[in-house]
Amino acid sequence: MFDYHEYFRSEMMPHMWCKGCGNGIVLKALLRAIHRLGLSKDRIAMVSGIGCSSRLTGYVDCNTLHTTHGRPLAFATGLKLARPELTVIVITGDGDGLAIGGNHLIHTARRNIDLTCLLFNNQIYGMTGGQLAPTTPEALFSTTTPYGNIEPNFDACRLVQAAGGTFVARGTVYRAIPLEKLIAEGIQHKGFSFIEVLTTCPEIHGRRNKLGTPAEMLQALAKTTLPTGVIHQASGPEYTEAYDGIIAKAQGRT
Amino acid sequence: MNSLVHQRCRVYTTEKVTIRILEEWCKGCEICVDVCKKHCLAMDILGKVKVVNVEACNKCLLCDVLCPDFAIAIE
Amino acid sequence: MRASVGLMQGNEACARGAIVAGCRFYAGYPITPSSEIAEELARLLPQVGGKFIQMEDEIGAMGACIGASLGGVKSMTATSGPGFSLKQENLGYAIYTEVPCVVVNVMRGGPSTGLPTSPAQSDVMQARWGTHGDHPMIALAPASVREVHDCTIRAFNLAERLRTPVILLYDEVIGHMREKVELTDPSQVAIVERPKPTCPPEVYLPYKAGEDDVPPFVRFGEGYRYHVTGLAHDERGFPTQNPRVVEAHQRRLHRKVERHRDEIAAYETFMLEDAEVAVFAYGITARSARAAVRTARSEGLRAGLLRPISLWPFLDLEVGKLAQQVKAIVVAEMNLGQMIYEVERAAQGRARVAAYQKASGEPIHPEEILAALQEVR
Repeated sequence: MFDYHEYFRSEMMPHMWCKGCGNGIVLKALLRAIHRLGLSKDRIAMVSGIGCSSRLTGYVDCNTLHTTHGRPLAFATGLKLARPELTVIVITGDGDGLAIGGNHLIHTARRNIDLTCLLFNNQIYGMTGGQLAPTTPEALFSTTTPYGNIEPNFDACRLVQAAGGTFVARGTVYRAIPLEKLIAEGIQHKGFSFIEVLTTCPEIHGRRNKLGTPAEMLQALAKTTLPTGVIHQASGPEYTEAYDGIIAKAQGRT
Repeated sequence: MNSLVHQRCRVYTTEKVTIRILEEWCKGCEICVDVCKKHCLAMDILGKVKVVNVEACNKCLLCDVLCPDFAIAIE
Repeated sequence: MRASVGLMQGNEACARGAIVAGCRFYAGYPITPSSEIAEELARLLPQVGGKFIQMEDEIGAMGACIGASLGGVKSMTATSGPGFSLKQENLGYAIYTEVPCVVVNVMRGGPSTGLPTSPAQSDVMQARWGTHGDHPMIALAPASVREVHDCTIRAFNLAERLRTPVILLYDEVIGHMREKVELTDPSQVAIVERPKPTCPPEVYLPYKAGEDDVPPFVRFGEGYRYHVTGLAHDERGFPTQNPRVVEAHQRRLHRKVERHRDEIAAYETFMLEDAEVAVFAYGITARSARAAVRTARSEGLRAGLLRPISLWPFLDLEVGKLAQQVKAIVVAEMNLGQMIYEVERAAQGRARVAAYQKASGEPIHPEEILAALQEVR
């Protein structure tokens, strides 16, 4: 019988996420995916940035690194190069990964380094109290768009695909079992895997925009017009393997 | 699929199913109550989930999978 | 490898020193006048099985260094003024999370884009206080190509020994200057590795320090699963807001560097024994100062030089002693007043402290320092 408790740090629980927040559902899907793949906790490194979703790393009993705002992919790139044998999973949010850390996202995708990046998209900066995110839908309100948002928002999956990511997928917290499968596939994929997870922020974002109860917000995700599932998959040279070729060349072995 | 056996849980059981609820961790979001098509769950006066009809549970696991707080387990 | 003699540039000596020190990871971003370090390591690192990556920006380069160091690999990045500004947040992260790494700043004129190809010494206070929050700092300032090589090795040794970033600060002249250097046989160089835990994983606390205030380090993936965060954290590495725990951690971080001050402190004195006036100068300026002291002596002025090789922590004791001996100290630096405030503080009014400052993007000439010495005699 699968037990989440085997994978989290019980002294850190219960987690700090708000009532009804979808992040806990992603955490569960992630732990089930890890269990499904039979990965050893010692061989997993989880790297996150700053924001609600990035607090996830504190709860998982593996090698965890909670970095600076927007930078988890850069830290993870260094770690993966140093230790290619580790499974490195990056946890980021829509603000962390698409705004302040957007540059790292496109370049990590371009390099096709073997990291699995889960981007939690809850459409808002939750931890700082509900400011505009690059994913906040037009016309919605936030603390910094008191008259409604006039900015178009990112399609994170199209962005990463265009930048060269070789596994691009989108899941939702409402479809948590397919999400678990997507995460498992992403981890197994050799190269840069990007999984955008549409999640919910009922307390901060939902309340201000009258988006309904936590359950209603979950169910609304089922009706998303964005494509879900595996959106793009390709093969290409993986960065750490390609660098092994550089080492061989520099050492005159090729 | 989920087990909360190590925790101080309230346990509801029939021959077919065991439902464990970890009240300490329940934040009262009501997701489980809302998604349960068999109306097995309800909120108590303290805002924690409780099982009101364990017999009706068809083990669809929606509550188990969608509880963000690791507070409910179906076995 | 044997001891080697050759004509070498400062930045090249830095790269070579890094290899000798055991550096096996470099992440950087092109910037004048430090790019030669990256170019040299892009060539040298794969030869020894190490890795080089050109990141998308300076911030990412600093982040990648920290990530690689947590993977157990000695790591370095190099930059200059604007890039050093960009690295500050992650530099503070490395200090707070106690991740060893070496950060080189080849100083050019600033502020802003400033003078990319001209020397300055105007980042010495930024090196000390550039990242936000209370923090200790170790910075070394070599004054010759050979010393760049040796200080790079020392920077790694200190970083590993004390689990903290070490900054190597030198000006554009030192970085680009070519000199004949004789490098020590690498097999004769003492190399320090980070302290490892002796306890089993179940009882390992990543931020519990022993008597020397340095917690043992274990790389990711060795069964010692732990958490690293830039939030205030307890001995387990988990976030905390407990005022007592936060304060104790802050104080230990400072104590860690303070108590190893003598291990870090490095300086050179020149003709100081009977000096009545002294120059305090570092980097390329110290070489002009040396010439000025020699000329002053030939003219009957008993001058001497104190050249700090370690800038941070500041050499309070040495400067205090000097202030007791001489009647005046000329602080010569390529900025409009940075280290002079530290010298004044340490001198405590026991000697007159005079400034010779230059911010034109040109090095300070011996005659200029000589004139300053004559003025305070």
